[in-house]
Amino acid sequence: MTVPTVTEKTTYRDAIRAAMREALQRDERVFLMGEDVGSYGGCFAVSKGLLAEFGPERIRDTPLSESAFVGAGIGAALGGMRPIVEIMTVNFSLLALDQIMNNAATLLHMSGGQLNVPLVIRMTTGAGRQLAAQHSHSLEGWFAHIPGLRILVPATLEDARGMLWPALEDPDPVLIFEHGTLYNTSGTLAPDSGAVDIDRAAVRRAGSDVSVITYGGTLTKSLEAAEILATEGVEVEVIDLRTLRPLDTNAILESVGRTRRAVVVDEGWRSGGISAEISARITERAFYELDAPVSRLCTAEAPIPYAKHLEDAALPQVETIAAAVREVLRADG
Amino acid sequence: MTHDEAHDLHLLHEMLRIRRFEERCVELYSATKIRGFLHLYIGEEAVAVGVMQALGPEDAVVATYREHGHALARGVPARSIMAEMFGKVEGCSHGRGGSMHLFDASRRFYGGNAIVGGGLPVAVGLALADAMQQRPRATACFFGEGAVAEGEFHESMNLAALWNLPVLFCCENNLYAMGTALTRSESETDIALKAASFEMPAWSVDGMDVGAVERAAGRAVDAIRSGGGPHFLELRTYRFRAHSMYDPELYRTKDEVELWKERDPIEALIGEIRDRQGFEPNARDDLEALVVAEIDDAVAFAESGTEEPVADLTRFVTSRST
Ligand SMILES: Cc1ncc(C[n+]2csc(CCOP(=O)(O)OP(=O)(O)O)c2C)c(N)n1
Repeated sequence: MTVPTVTEKTTYRDAIRAAMREALQRDERVFLMGEDVGSYGGCFAVSKGLLAEFGPERIRDTPLSESAFVGAGIGAALGGMRPIVEIMTVNFSLLALDQIMNNAATLLHMSGGQLNVPLVIRMTTGAGRQLAAQHSHSLEGWFAHIPGLRILVPATLEDARGMLWPALEDPDPVLIFEHGTLYNTSGTLAPDSGAVDIDRAAVRRAGSDVSVITYGGTLTKSLEAAEILATEGVEVEVIDLRTLRPLDTNAILESVGRTRRAVVVDEGWRSGGISAEISARITERAFYELDAPVSRLCTAEAPIPYAKHLEDAALPQVETIAAAVREVLRADG
Repeated sequence: MTHDEAHDLHLLHEMLRIRRFEERCVELYSATKIRGFLHLYIGEEAVAVGVMQALGPEDAVVATYREHGHALARGVPARSIMAEMFGKVEGCSHGRGGSMHLFDASRRFYGGNAIVGGGLPVAVGLALADAMQQRPRATACFFGEGAVAEGEFHESMNLAALWNLPVLFCCENNLYAMGTALTRSESETDIALKAASFEMPAWSVDGMDVGAVERAAGRAVDAIRSGGGPHFLELRTYRFRAHSMYDPELYRTKDEVELWKERDPIEALIGEIRDRQGFEPNARDDLEALVVAEIDDAVAFAESGTEEPVADLTRFVTSRST
């Protein structure tokens, strides 16, 4: 007899909290540290309630010292713990860049394989909340430039719930970027849903005419664009990258091999961004299979502005994604 | 020989090992066997040797790019250090680190950090792990006085004190950060006073007196182990040589260097031994002979070492690529 899967209504925020709670229960080496993760409940309320449940030793409020507490996470990982470090917002991670780049990403190689750093850093990324130019950037593509790091970009409830545990099991540093517009996303999730694969991209919508390759905050927008295009008779395949480093190149090539056209949608800036990397991999490996040049839709090359109409104009939107798809379909094979 | 006499000779031996090792490095640099940046510890030997006496194998050490002395005093074999500087796979970091990045996990020697101030947060984290796992260990973190101007210094001192973590901060105040004198980089030049403002015990110590360093470190580590939280030592010392091999030393006078050389920690200890219990005339020669043999052996080992195959270049980028 098969037990029917009971699904629960939840949000992206609650799914991450559930993942942290589970990790804290499963492994006593796991602890959470960051600014306002305890008494305040997390600046996006992700860790709300965890302090009461696990106490201040394991839910550690830190001073405003990004470099010191990220570095302390590295040291604690070297000392046998499994820290989850929360950085409020991607822009603040720049104050810890020395530790992330010069220590976390580097120690294993520089020490000839002696010192691996099993550290997880979570942070908010992305725009769309009128938070202007110091709280809205999408720098996960930058971090994906760095050998030695794994970069995760959960866009769905399943991934919000399921990526943390395998990240903690990874012997090396993992950065998880949570798009700020996703926290309130709600949906259903099996209560027993757990660890997911963190190596492969996923096809979120199958289609035969064009591949839209995206991740994180632009996944939902891309799926909405695909719905609109479906009414026009265009079948879009939407690829959710899920992991920006290592990139699942095969999944990208397989999809493009089927559709022969690709639009890369990314909330980072266009110049030198992750979309450029994806586009390059496609043209390096599948050039002769393409019916049209690879197209990129990125954020305007400006700091993210406050005013709503300007911010909207700066970012990839459902309409602009749809337009970009129509454009590559116009190109002759 | 009494216990004290034997211990004095041990300290002398350790300092001589470092001094002669560094001198050999200069020769090997000129012979282009060693490349990259090379920072010598000559003049500062009493600091690393003194502090290491207070540590046990369970404790941890975090150091800077000027760390040959710390590695030697911690017990990392001279062979593996020299092989590292030759870029050989037998080196303590497989030839990936070089002079500035010596690592030895088995001796809890965590580098070898060439970002000024970059080791302090990691030391705080190692201590946090010990505190959370209730292990009565200490983490000694060495850095120059130049690091005191970095934000990471202030962040780390605060965090360690706030969380009462078992860290021994060892500030090697040799008065210059490259060519920048302390008085030209700090508004408050009393570094121990600065440290004390974080509410941790902070003492300044004569870093040219190995016995004084050992006693201060011993007191601090005892206190740390019994839950006394972080302690800070400002070790007043001087580097007799240039900052690295590329430094014409325009920022200080020869007279100043000569004046400090009169306080050579090795000669000072010999003088003390002589005053206290008499120094066997050939005791020094015996130690020097031991040291030369050790270094000759290390150089031969490094020379005969192997180069890592280029195919292994991306090995250890992640634990999977091993
Ligand atoms: C963050 C950073 N800035 C600058 C440098 C270049 N640099 C290397 S050593 C040094 C001086 C450091 O002086 P100090 O901390 O007193 O240590 P010492 O070299 O005297 O032992 C500088 C500026 C560096 N390695 N890291």
